[in-house]
Amino acid sequence: MNFLDLIWLIPLFPLAGAAAMLLIGRRLDPQGASAVALAHGLGEPEAHGHHHHPFASTRRLIAYLSPGAVLLSFLFSMGAVVQLASLEHRSHEVVLYTWISGLPFHTATGALSTFTADWGFLLDPLSSVMILVITGIGFLIHIYATGYMAHDGGYYRFFGYLNLFVFFMLTLVLANNYALLFAGWEGVGLCSYLLIGFYFHKKSASDAANKAFIVNRVGDAGFLIGMFLLLSLTGTLRFTQMNELLTSGAFTAETAGFGALSVAALCLFAGATGKSAQLPLYVWLPDAMEGPTPVSALIHAATMVTAGVYMVARSHVLYALTPETSAIVMGTGAVTAILAASIALVQNDIKRVLAYSTVSQLGFMFMAAGAGAYWVAVFHLYTHAFFKALLFLGSGSVIHAMSGEQDMRRMGALKDKIPTTFRTMFAGSVAIAGIPGLAGFFSKDEILWQVFSSPGGSLAVYAVGLITAAMTAFYMWRLMFMTFYGEPRMDAETARRIHESPASMTLPLVVLAAGSVVAGWIGAPKLWSFLPDSFRAFEHWLMPVFTHGAPRAAAGHEAAHHDAGLEWALMALSVAIALGGILLARSLYGNRWTVDPIESLTGPLHKPLRNKWYVDEVYTFLFIDGLAKGGGRLLGVFDRGVIDGGVNGSGWLARFASRVSIWWDTWIIDGAIRLSALLAQAASFPMRLAQTGQVQTYATVFLLGVALFLGWRWFA
Amino acid sequence: MSPLSLALWTPLACLAVLLAIPSSQKAAIKLWANVSALLGLAAILPLLAGFDKTNGGFQFVERAPWVPSLGVQYYIGVDGISLLLMALTAVTAVVATLSSWNAIEDRVKQYYAMLLLLQVGMLGVFASLDFILFYVFWELVLVPMYFLIGVWGGPRKLYAALKFFLYTLTGSVLMLLGILTLFFQHWSQSGAPTFAIDALLGLSMPFWMQQWVFWALFIGFAIKVPMFPFHTWLPDAHTEAPTAGSVILAAVLLKMGTYGFLRFSLPLLPDASIDRTIVQVLVGLSITGILYGALVCLMQKDWKRLVAYSSVSHLGFCTLGIFSLNPNGIAGSVMQQLNHGISTGMLFLVVGVMYERRHTREISEYGGLAHRMPLFATVFAFAVLSSAGLPLLNGFVGEFTILQGAFEASRLAASLAVIGVILGAAYLLWLYQRTTLGQITNMKNNHLPDLSPRELAVFAPLVIWAFSIGLYPKPYFEMIERPVARIVERVRPGYFQERPQAPALAELDPAAAPAIRLQAGGAR
Repeated sequence: MNFLDLIWLIPLFPLAGAAAMLLIGRRLDPQGASAVALAHGLGEPEAHGHHHHPFASTRRLIAYLSPGAVLLSFLFSMGAVVQLASLEHRSHEVVLYTWISGLPFHTATGALSTFTADWGFLLDPLSSVMILVITGIGFLIHIYATGYMAHDGGYYRFFGYLNLFVFFMLTLVLANNYALLFAGWEGVGLCSYLLIGFYFHKKSASDAANKAFIVNRVGDAGFLIGMFLLLSLTGTLRFTQMNELLTSGAFTAETAGFGALSVAALCLFAGATGKSAQLPLYVWLPDAMEGPTPVSALIHAATMVTAGVYMVARSHVLYALTPETSAIVMGTGAVTAILAASIALVQNDIKRVLAYSTVSQLGFMFMAAGAGAYWVAVFHLYTHAFFKALLFLGSGSVIHAMSGEQDMRRMGALKDKIPTTFRTMFAGSVAIAGIPGLAGFFSKDEILWQVFSSPGGSLAVYAVGLITAAMTAFYMWRLMFMTFYGEPRMDAETARRIHESPASMTLPLVVLAAGSVVAGWIGAPKLWSFLPDSFRAFEHWLMPVFTHGAPRAAAGHEAAHHDAGLEWALMALSVAIALGGILLARSLYGNRWTVDPIESLTGPLHKPLRNKWYVDEVYTFLFIDGLAKGGGRLLGVFDRGVIDGGVNGSGWLARFASRVSIWWDTWIIDGAIRLSALLAQAASFPMRLAQTGQVQTYATVFLLGVALFLGWRWFA
Repeated sequence: MSPLSLALWTPLACLAVLLAIPSSQKAAIKLWANVSALLGLAAILPLLAGFDKTNGGFQFVERAPWVPSLGVQYYIGVDGISLLLMALTAVTAVVATLSSWNAIEDRVKQYYAMLLLLQVGMLGVFASLDFILFYVFWELVLVPMYFLIGVWGGPRKLYAALKFFLYTLTGSVLMLLGILTLFFQHWSQSGAPTFAIDALLGLSMPFWMQQWVFWALFIGFAIKVPMFPFHTWLPDAHTEAPTAGSVILAAVLLKMGTYGFLRFSLPLLPDASIDRTIVQVLVGLSITGILYGALVCLMQKDWKRLVAYSSVSHLGFCTLGIFSLNPNGIAGSVMQQLNHGISTGMLFLVVGVMYERRHTREISEYGGLAHRMPLFATVFAFAVLSSAGLPLLNGFVGEFTILQGAFEASRLAASLAVIGVILGAAYLLWLYQRTTLGQITNMKNNHLPDLSPRELAVFAPLVIWAFSIGLYPKPYFEMIERPVARIVERVRPGYFQERPQAPALAELDPAAAPAIRLQAGGAR
């Protein structure tokens, strides 16, 4: 079977799954969203305990169908990637049809081009890594969710959305042009919205969902402008064509200084700051934890939030040509990393710690990408997917065991009660802290080294990265000690009900833990020259993508390995700092404590940290209350008062004028006529007296007259 | 009789039959009205089937003298743009008629008669190639709409109906002045009186006269669109009109304005259309409309009023596309006119569904509807997403293409317009949250029935249409490609030639456009 020509099927399986769930799912699981979700109160599972669901058998169908669709995609991805490896140029495009078939337009140079975008897919080493991560880890999370969501209402709806997400995410990474990538980009945003707001009866959930979508839209606006600018400069949206043009040297004018290309790259990065939760648009991600935990693991840790990193890596030729923008990318990543890590230090909600940790780790990825080490960014994306998905799923298992409790101050001493969860999360926490041998060490250390040594890097950014790494080790182990060690701090009822999660949930944890341990060994440092080259397969696999037109990154790499002694020293430093973080956490939280020791440790900074540096408050003031509500109200008044006031005013004026006319008509014109009539009437009054209409009177007057006349004649 | 005349007059023939049904037979009247709407749609199909996409000119042309002494003719024909809008009209008529089944119980016969009369008027506007014929149909539309609002409308129906009538009539009168100027100019030049559009194309007019005629037509069209600041009739008319009236108003009537720009202003007055001041004013008003409409949406407490203001914002995109004066801007605008008809039509139907159940439009009266009405919530979600321009649904295709065209014309304009995309998501999602999500707080919403099969049948064609355009817009682009190219070629001769020497900055600003024309084509 030629899997390479069938890559269009990879996103299609989950789409079919989603369609099946959303169209006929209600019949399979008639106890729909509302009734059960309402009964849930808080919405997290367990309120029901472990009773048998009335539709257990039909639910099982969903539980097979939905992960099955993702598994099929995974198998087809494996097949395609294996076949890709045997291609010489390691790139394969499949175009299904012309999607956007716009009309001709003039590029910035005056050349005539046509505005089109295909429904086309590109499989190359970069997208191959992405589809394996998405379908592989996605499959595990689907399995986990069949257990986690077992007692929730809207089972079909949940899996329908989840499958739909996988469809859009695969479309995003397989797209062969920016427009289709953007379609996937918006699509995953929609699924994120639907899943954050899955417990839609909760105001906080739908608020968080709205926030996620709208904040992302801000970034997307930048993405759109960047896309149009690139289109205007190059005349195409297709990656392969655009990269060829960009590397052809035709754009030297635009790259001199902060030119049009730099602006385009910056606009695209604005999109990335939305999707990948970087400054200034990271604020939606912590709130996104309102969604069910499998969603946090899949969408808001392992896959969707890495889309921005993927997009920058996909546009690496552009970023390699625009060093100023790359520096902004790196700086933004660094500042976001340390800011988010600092907030994570003091959080007490187990999922919020992990959420800020994700923001911070994404910052690391952008540090690497900004330094020109695109493969390292993707490498960290890949290792992070393992240990962060693991940590989220583990936290879900903890919450499950704690009857929905998420506050770590009311946990403690869980390690023997839920041993599998503990052991797997232990592996994940060691991995993220950067202890040698585990996945996180390899990727994070490579990032720090690249930032330190490559021409695009900087010493200051390296220092920030190092401090952030120390914070990472500390907050992760603060989480571990608060949750699993020390004294139990939960109430008796909760303590009584603590139980290990079912196999459907622990099995994915075990697989992900294994991944967190071994996944890094395909990206071992060059410094470890005692290892054969196959331990550096990741870089070799991706190199054909990134060397194409990116001489800077390659040169950086050559420079990177001339001073082995320095590199060993830096590696030792980062390991020492990681160990220091863990040990500090242990000394503070390892023993009995009542007041959170972080309060005295952070001193006066504790309050601003607890309040997340007040960023949400400032944004609410400026954009929600100020721009949206204030501006809307102001313009609403303007609309009713001024514009419509003018319209109604002219209507009133017309009516007034007509009244005046009527008055004029009645009293002046008609008045004059009636006055003359009146005068005539008055004048004729004496005459009229005679006009009685009685013949007798007339006859009398007549006779009188005749008598008078005759009398006058007589006497005269 | 040509297929076009058949399509045009079918609703009138159906109206004649309707009038023969006694008023007491309500069911028969309703049934026949729905059959009529379907017949009207069926009459469009031969046009779509026989349409030649490779021909950019008018097809199914038919002409006969009407008032020979003044050169007025019965002159009709369609190109891709007008045929698409006629198809939208026919589909909207079907949907609007079916949606009225339970909503209208009072003066049923008159109501459906008005709908059919309205349909004739709208089809006539899009089919006319004679200016007087166009004007007659344009005014004909006014009358049934006035009665639809004034008789079957909400509490403030008289105010709204009168406002609608007077507003549009003012525009129409000025438009008539413009038409007459063109007519007399042509008469004095050629010695033969005519109102035929293609004959008027050959007119040579001094620039100042083009400008005056442009502004005269502009008032007529801008009020109809409506463009900021001529929009305030719209919220009242929409809010007070019965559901079907709002649907037709939004889906079709507003498009008469944008259609007017495309069919008359641009081709007949090319020098004025590309004039720096005029382009700047129109692009400025479009962007103001986009942002202003969206921001005003954010403070609305009335569900229907919010949708009405969203139309102001969306139509701003349509006029922005037109006055980008390039193929993608205009093609995107036509696509978006169609898309807006579908998505805003759905949004008004959604309000109508709830109004029928609760007899209130106050957003705060609702909340948590998804619990009792999941089907409704789903359909509403599609309407919201389509309106917000989510990819794979129809709205994206239009917005994306318009923005590309706008970007080509002016990077600043596109960058400002794109803010409207953000705000669009904001007010729509907020509306959805306040009405449909959350807990049921008002017990009156606790026992509402979900969509009936009839209501589903109303939404189904629109949802399917929205997806089909979003997934495969190519047939639509093919249909309008050539007519759009003709308009662009008329306004900017030589556009479709490579201009490798043109300075890159020329494209940034419409102001520089005349210079391009000079270089490419010379004086006309």
